[in-house]
Amino acid sequence: MNTEIAKAESAETLTPELIAFMAEWRHSPGSLIMVLHKVQQFYGFIPRKIAFEVAEHLDVPLAKIYGVITFYNFFKLTKPGRNQIQICMGTACYLKGGEDLVAELEGILGVGLNTVTPDGEFSAEAVRCVGCCGLAPVLVINGEVYGKVETKALHGIIAEIRKR
Amino acid sequence: MAYKQYILVCGGTACESNKGIALVEALNREVENNGLLQEVQVVRTGCLGFCEKGPIVKILPQDTFYVEVMPEDASEIVTEHIVKGRVVERLLYDKRQSQAHVGVDGLDFYQKQFRIVLRNCGVIDPDKIDEYIARDGYKAMEKALFEMSPNDVIKELRLSGLRGRGGAGFPTGVKWSFAAAQPAGQKYMVCNADEGDPGAYMDRSTLEGDPHSILEAMAIAGYAIGASQGYVYIRAEYPLAIKRLENAIVQATEYGLLGEKILGTDFSFKIELRLGAGAFVCGEETALLASIEGNRGMPSPRPPFPAVKGLWGCPTVINNVETLANIPVILLKGADWFSKIGTETTKGTKVFALTGKINNSGLIEVPMGTTLREIIFDIGGGIKDGKEFKAAQTGGPSGGMIPPQFLDAPIDYESLTSIGSIMGSGGLIVMDEDDCIPDVTKFYLDFTVDESCGKCAPCRIGGRKLLNYLHKICDGAGTAEDIENMKEISLAMGRASLCGLGQTAPNPILSSLKYFMDEYIEHIDEGKCRAGKCKNLLLYSISVDNCVGCTACARVCPVNAITGERRQLHVIDTAACIKCGQCYDVCKFHAVLRS
Repeated sequence: MNTEIAKAESAETLTPELIAFMAEWRHSPGSLIMVLHKVQQFYGFIPRKIAFEVAEHLDVPLAKIYGVITFYNFFKLTKPGRNQIQICMGTACYLKGGEDLVAELEGILGVGLNTVTPDGEFSAEAVRCVGCCGLAPVLVINGEVYGKVETKALHGIIAEIRKR
Repeated sequence: MAYKQYILVCGGTACESNKGIALVEALNREVENNGLLQEVQVVRTGCLGFCEKGPIVKILPQDTFYVEVMPEDASEIVTEHIVKGRVVERLLYDKRQSQAHVGVDGLDFYQKQFRIVLRNCGVIDPDKIDEYIARDGYKAMEKALFEMSPNDVIKELRLSGLRGRGGAGFPTGVKWSFAAAQPAGQKYMVCNADEGDPGAYMDRSTLEGDPHSILEAMAIAGYAIGASQGYVYIRAEYPLAIKRLENAIVQATEYGLLGEKILGTDFSFKIELRLGAGAFVCGEETALLASIEGNRGMPSPRPPFPAVKGLWGCPTVINNVETLANIPVILLKGADWFSKIGTETTKGTKVFALTGKINNSGLIEVPMGTTLREIIFDIGGGIKDGKEFKAAQTGGPSGGMIPPQFLDAPIDYESLTSIGSIMGSGGLIVMDEDDCIPDVTKFYLDFTVDESCGKCAPCRIGGRKLLNYLHKICDGAGTAEDIENMKEISLAMGRASLCGLGQTAPNPILSSLKYFMDEYIEHIDEGKCRAGKCKNLLLYSISVDNCVGCTACARVCPVNAITGERRQLHVIDTAACIKCGQCYDVCKFHAVLRS
């Protein structure tokens, strides 16, 4: 998945797959969000250049695309780190020390939330409830869920990801 | 092929993310190695509910309930339990199971539960339509299509007393009748699976464990109101639920249970998925529709209600996942049967995601009218580490905090509203003595302010003002006047906001001011946070009498604010201290004081 993203970025042009997807959805009403999902799945975020192309293909104003992207938390305008960390800030995780995890993680990475580390390896964001409240507090790294995480354990988890 | 034994492995999100997939693989491998492929089947089911102790494994027909099973345990389960018939005692949740025959229903966690919505979760393999059909799946749709008119269906629903489980509790049958009464033409049926309440995962578990029940109910709704197209609006953050729904739609279409001319009748119904993209306000019906249409998810004034003018201007019914999951059962067992469950005003059951400071976190379903005490102490096993119960929050950021004196209040829409909370979609969060009420209130407001779409001023500005006051209070700078201002803004916001988000956002403030005013006053007058959560109000020091100079605190301090020689009194430099509390936690001699 990650190498796929890297490859796609370097090209940063519309792939035949995306063009086909847009052609398929073009006439179905309300397709913009579905197309944006597909774009983000591919590039890891919504590159400006691609947004222009989407506007053209779907015949919607670029301003509307920007409006939609910025309205929803899920869509990103900037490229995330190679490893993406989500810290759950749902209520259960908050009560069980989610904020301490954020502080510890910021210390380990040396950058705040929503910022990519200088080496491009990591970026972390706080998200609303990933739906594993029984495992609170929860972290998600590259789609893998880490439950009942103690602040002490964070160093080890990040070090292990770094080695991969 | 009939198997002699079944190994059910919970495939709910909590279990699955806790090495559940590796466990299924390991069990399959062991079954094969022992030559048991013809006799034993490993089934990955939906959520069994007992998330606290996942991954859960249940063995049938013996009904043995194993908890916290790791892939390494697979070999012992197969060679000992399956082959030799000896229960693996160390993995049992209830040790009584090894002595006498105690079925799963006998476990305290399940005893007071009653499953309608979750009837198939943890029982069937959600990826196999045949297993759903074997448990009366699609029979209700068949009954509706062949034995009932659309009007009969709506009448049955109205008689059953089913009310919307998304939170507001509007009678489902009445909602359907509004859309049905609109002139024939294009109509839509929408399932709201955009579960945005932080701390809730009921809908996710239902969709992952029993996706066909939702598809069947949507088709029934389509028949009743005259819609041929359905949409499931689901969070993009729920990839497993999306996958299982997509798979279920393909299977149902292959079987002729969805699509053109269903079961040879004139009724056609198609279902498509539409992904949400993380916006709490999209739980509001009009905002959800705007999002399906591909726009920013902003609400619009009602009326016109969606049942009259909804998706692309056409009559649209929107039902929540849990509401829908009830419907096939109501049609099969009858309104009479359903309306006998629950209380005077609220029929049926409610699914809760029970989380927070509780021993048995998990997914539960109880008859309406069950008390909070039964849920928290009998099913939930009480508060973690024997601490004291402080409050329970239902309804998430839109709900209120329920103090201990209302533990015996029965759960129904009216009773929860009367004590300042709401039923909500089913998050039930338990707080103990270590939680600070103003701090948790601040958390909820922070959420609603962040999620406010900004369209109307009461919500956009009022919410921000409220949050600022809460920050001020938690930082120790609050005044009595702030409380009065908060009350005033809350009332105005509740009345003047455009949609449910803004109208209910002040609920955590109003309820906590009502029941926990003493904590606010402590913060303001004494600069004290009794739970020790508000860091600005804390001061750490070391007791001259208790400190033995073990250096544990100095070693753990991340900012080197603690100094002292070995076996000598240690001192905290309060200017450098960041109040992280690690010294307090690590000291074995109660020498670190927090005030």
